[in-house]
Amino acid sequence: MKSSSPLKWFGSREGLYYLALAFLLVIILPLALDPFRLNMVGKYLTYAFVAIGLVMCWGKAGILSLGQGVFFGLGGYCMAMFLKLEASTPEATAIQSTPGIPDFMDWNQLTELPWFWEPFHSFSFTLIAVIGVPMLLAFVIGFAMFTRRVGGVYFAIITQAIAAILTILIIGQQGYTGGVNGITDLKTLMGWDIRTDEARTTLYFICVGMLFLCLFVARLVQNRKLGRILVAMNAQEMRVRFSGYDVAAFKIFVFCLAAAFAGIGGAMFTLIVGFMSPSFIGIVASIEMVIFCALGGRLSILGAVYGALLVNAAKSGFSESFPELWPFAMGALFIGVVLAFPNGLAGLYQSYVIPLEDRLLKRKKPEAEPAAKPAAAQPDAEKADDYDPMINSYSPEKS
Amino acid sequence: MSAAKSKGKDFLLAVEGLTVSFDGFKAVDDLSFYLDPKEIRVIIGPNGAGKTTVLDLICGKTKATAGSIKFAGKELTKLKEHQIVHSGVGRKFQTPSVFEDLTVFENLEVSYPQGHSVMGALAFKRDAAVIEAVEEVAETIFLTDALNEPAALLSHGQKQWLEIGMLLIQKPDLLMLDEPVAGMSVAERKKTAELLKVITRDHTVLVIEHDMQFVGDIADRVTVMHQGKVLSEGSIEHVKSDPKVIEVYLGH
Repeated sequence: MKSSSPLKWFGSREGLYYLALAFLLVIILPLALDPFRLNMVGKYLTYAFVAIGLVMCWGKAGILSLGQGVFFGLGGYCMAMFLKLEASTPEATAIQSTPGIPDFMDWNQLTELPWFWEPFHSFSFTLIAVIGVPMLLAFVIGFAMFTRRVGGVYFAIITQAIAAILTILIIGQQGYTGGVNGITDLKTLMGWDIRTDEARTTLYFICVGMLFLCLFVARLVQNRKLGRILVAMNAQEMRVRFSGYDVAAFKIFVFCLAAAFAGIGGAMFTLIVGFMSPSFIGIVASIEMVIFCALGGRLSILGAVYGALLVNAAKSGFSESFPELWPFAMGALFIGVVLAFPNGLAGLYQSYVIPLEDRLLKRKKPEAEPAAKPAAAQPDAEKADDYDPMINSYSPEKS
Repeated sequence: MSAAKSKGKDFLLAVEGLTVSFDGFKAVDDLSFYLDPKEIRVIIGPNGAGKTTVLDLICGKTKATAGSIKFAGKELTKLKEHQIVHSGVGRKFQTPSVFEDLTVFENLEVSYPQGHSVMGALAFKRDAAVIEAVEEVAETIFLTDALNEPAALLSHGQKQWLEIGMLLIQKPDLLMLDEPVAGMSVAERKKTAELLKVITRDHTVLVIEHDMQFVGDIADRVTVMHQGKVLSEGSIEHVKSDPKVIEVYLGH
């Protein structure tokens, strides 16, 4: 039961789990928290986008990427470039030697906006780039790696190297990227001040909305045959190949999907936090993202959301009081998850809470239909929901 | 797909001069053999003779160093694995490789020859035709009652059947089975032989097997391999009485 059916994890109660999450994010947290704390939760949620992508990519398809920060960062930088350009009007930057370009460029003796910044004057281009740029890079990496059948640890190392390269590149090219400080001092989005409490609360709700959109897409993929092929590929790549599938294409697809989610998360991060810097995209940040996913449960997209929320909340709480201890706590957490409950919180929920729910449901059943004895072969009932036309009874014929 | 003309005769599969060399070691050395449509051919031979490598070469898992593999008139050596599958070649591996996380139904459904592209797999619907095909194959492979079971819970023999079923649902013209009865009980062996009889009514089958009793039960013709080459070929009686075969494989 434990490892056998990740796909069956969502039973008929699935809808309720989504409602519960929506209730928590849309009603409870906004009522319970002040705007500052709510903004923090919004920031945690932006990591949930990455974690959902990792569930699809790593949990389902078995492709461990230790460089998701790259895609998160690309999405975030795309949004930050747009906001920075909007903040750098000639009037606002009149004291610079070249007015009208971002301040850090002026400090770095640039006298002209670099060509690749130009399109980011357009908001619609920016929205496309937030998803498109990470996907494009993921496609290039995926195409180069997966068609050559690079996988497993080697792939993880390469993604990590790419995270390192991108960080070094951004820090090194200060005049073009804002360097180690990142792109800061972002003010308005299409004239709307994003620094006010109301704006931050609105952005929080937009973030929740986008998150549910991504959850919906991820759920669609995992419930289709495509999702079953991803799971199948994880364990028996050879068999999938010899069942007539081009395995590389499926890997590229899921890697691009995860990159797109991460890009959206990064863009929301920039909006909610108000700046973007290389520290959010490097190796450490990327590995932390894997931990969010692992803790929440790498087979469950909902689990990943809770994982991102809890680890980040713990990080804030912990580092407020013992800043130097947090990295150790984080390490211990990861080791603990891997050793004690490899399927994370979602796995624990499945092993301990779901049987409880089952018992509660079953206790109600005899009232509804008195004919059914509780001791009868009920365990199959839940499975049968998966597809109707199937015969329900099973008689093992072990010879 | 029907068999095309190859060298004037209707072979389904024509392997000619096939050679593969691993760091100078020729696992398969200038091998040639021909399969007629609807034939059951069994390859036997001592360990290391290159039997499994031949199947690997045909299905594209290993790339040939030299030689040609013509299947229904199509050259397979240049194609990728999934393209070879689409041309109508199905391959079963020695150890049962089924998708343990999926149910028997889902295993067969994933193998159903439709929606092989990423977008196709996203749009794929479990319609009546799919369900009918799955149920039909499940009956052939004796797993009708296990359709809802995760494949991980099947016995070893049942997994072997499931993998054969996963090939059948692809509707291949050529089925390649690598030791289909290895590790099976006597009862399961009998059932598997029956299964193969049913299958061969409308498929060409290439089987690797060690069990001579089983070989005698199913084979139309037998190819004996030794050191990457064909040692002998013909009916089971012919092969059994061939002194070279007795020398290297069957023993005195």
